[in-house]
Amino acid sequence: MANKIIDWIDARIPMTATYNRHVGQYATPKNFNFWYFFGSLALLVLVNQLLTGIWLTMNYVPTAEGAFASIEYIMRDVEYGWLLRYMHSTGASAFFVVIYLHMFRGLIYGSYQKPRELLWLFGMLIFLVLMAEAFMGYLLPWGQMSYWGAQVIISLFGAIPVIGDDLTLWIRGDYVVSGATLNRFFALHVIALPLVLVVLVFLHLIALHEVGSNNPDGVEIKKNKDENGWPVDGIPFHPYYTVKDIVGVAGFLILFCYVLFFMPEGGGYFLEKPNFEAANPMKTPEHIAPVWYFTPFYAILRAVPDKLGGVIMMGLSILVLFVLPWLDRCNVKSIRYRSIIHKLNIAQFTVSFIVLGYLGAVPATPALTIAARIFTITYFGFFIALWIYSKNEKTKPVPERVTFK
Amino acid sequence: MSNAPVDTGRRRFLTAATAVIGGAGAVAVAVPFIKSWNPSAKAKAAGAPVEVNISKIEPGQLIRVEWRGKPVWVVRRTKEVLDVLPSLDDQLRDPNSEEPQQPEYAQNPTRAINPEYFIAVGLCTHLGCSPTYLPDSFGEQVEGVASGFFCPCHGSKFDMAGRVFSGVPAPLNLVIPPHQYLDDSTVLIGVSEGAA
Repeated sequence: MANKIIDWIDARIPMTATYNRHVGQYATPKNFNFWYFFGSLALLVLVNQLLTGIWLTMNYVPTAEGAFASIEYIMRDVEYGWLLRYMHSTGASAFFVVIYLHMFRGLIYGSYQKPRELLWLFGMLIFLVLMAEAFMGYLLPWGQMSYWGAQVIISLFGAIPVIGDDLTLWIRGDYVVSGATLNRFFALHVIALPLVLVVLVFLHLIALHEVGSNNPDGVEIKKNKDENGWPVDGIPFHPYYTVKDIVGVAGFLILFCYVLFFMPEGGGYFLEKPNFEAANPMKTPEHIAPVWYFTPFYAILRAVPDKLGGVIMMGLSILVLFVLPWLDRCNVKSIRYRSIIHKLNIAQFTVSFIVLGYLGAVPATPALTIAARIFTITYFGFFIALWIYSKNEKTKPVPERVTFK
Repeated sequence: MSNAPVDTGRRRFLTAATAVIGGAGAVAVAVPFIKSWNPSAKAKAAGAPVEVNISKIEPGQLIRVEWRGKPVWVVRRTKEVLDVLPSLDDQLRDPNSEEPQQPEYAQNPTRAINPEYFIAVGLCTHLGCSPTYLPDSFGEQVEGVASGFFCPCHGSKFDMAGRVFSGVPAPLNLVIPPHQYLDDSTVLIGVSEGAA
């Protein structure tokens, strides 16, 4: 009976064929390690955000008068409202933790290199949309930091010559951040950007499955196939990696639930303290800092003494990641077989990114501003150095097959 | 189906013409979607000018009024404060107010129509925070200057004419809103004299 139903469907849409192509018989390198958890975890967090987000809209009021009170209502009066809201706010930070680690994986194993450039570009677009999504979502509670954070970020567009002032007016829909801004950000946050995000995730997966996964050795498993056309170093995604990913999910949920239940404010980094006070256009908080996942880029913005220059550098710090596949001219992918220079360069880039993240979160002092300038240079230095040395890099011999114990 | 020979030139022309007309239609349709993001008639009405009674402000006192949702300061400056202003010129980024941050009638050494009353939008020109008025303790920020404005966000400093000091993140002097005196004790903030 079940087979008959499946046959009936398969005669009308390619259900079994699609399942086999993308799950049941999708050949995955057998040497995946810890770093390969984060792709599936990103999907898990996306589902968490969509589900809790839909439930939050059921009680949230997107107006300047009602927003802050409706969050309090969700937290105190709606059954399990506190849990859904904390799942969403903790999920936002978890999303960026997972995405940054996922991007780092791509960086160290050269997963952006040919033939995976488009896969990397879709991933970068996801990152960009995710930042917009997070920024707009942060305005919705209409707390002090929501309000002033949005004020600061929107005013960045004012630095653009000629059209700047009209552009900020157009984005806000008012002469200041107001209920009009809140309403449109709500619409974008709950409908427009999630749709774009889901489409991009779909394209990211299609691009991945077309070229196949990279792996910690950076060896193309498709180059070595058996007589049936199956890669000798490949194993089907299901059951092998579905089961492995479940272990990753379990580990992730332990950490996620710890934050969710014991420190949902994340020490003032996931939900900033001034945001427990309703937005007040007449009173600026002592220190305006973006949420932690924006701080590396914010530090770069502040490091430049000129406003327009700062905005340009901040934009470049993200855009330069898009062209990474073309900056790296080496044809060895994995860090395992690349030069010591490359290893040191990735190490200094990691340190720069983390230090900038710290500097962007604390108030600027003259000494810290100089530090931010130095690490801004080393951040960009990573890409420049990579482009220079990767052309004639001294690499180790790459094995024919993946290494697997 | 007709077997007449295909006129490729004609076909290409029709394809291009259809694409151009269709493209123009798409652009026209985009207009309402883009324009609807502009401030609504209600928001524009809420941006109407504000009348302020200045007769009860003590010397040295700052009052805030709301205009277009922004804080506008009215400060009554004492003679001592005004006397200090010219001596600061070499520490400032734009001492002569050459950048268009004020109406023409406020492009003068005190950046005001009536030097006694300083009227400015109380938002830092760096990233829009509201600076703090320090009537007595500004000396901690700039040695030897008793009063001024200090922005707590990123440490920008302004003198008592809203002129920005050099070496701080804010690029420009504070904005002077369009305003006019209706009589000796009333200021209208939001419109210049003679403007509709």
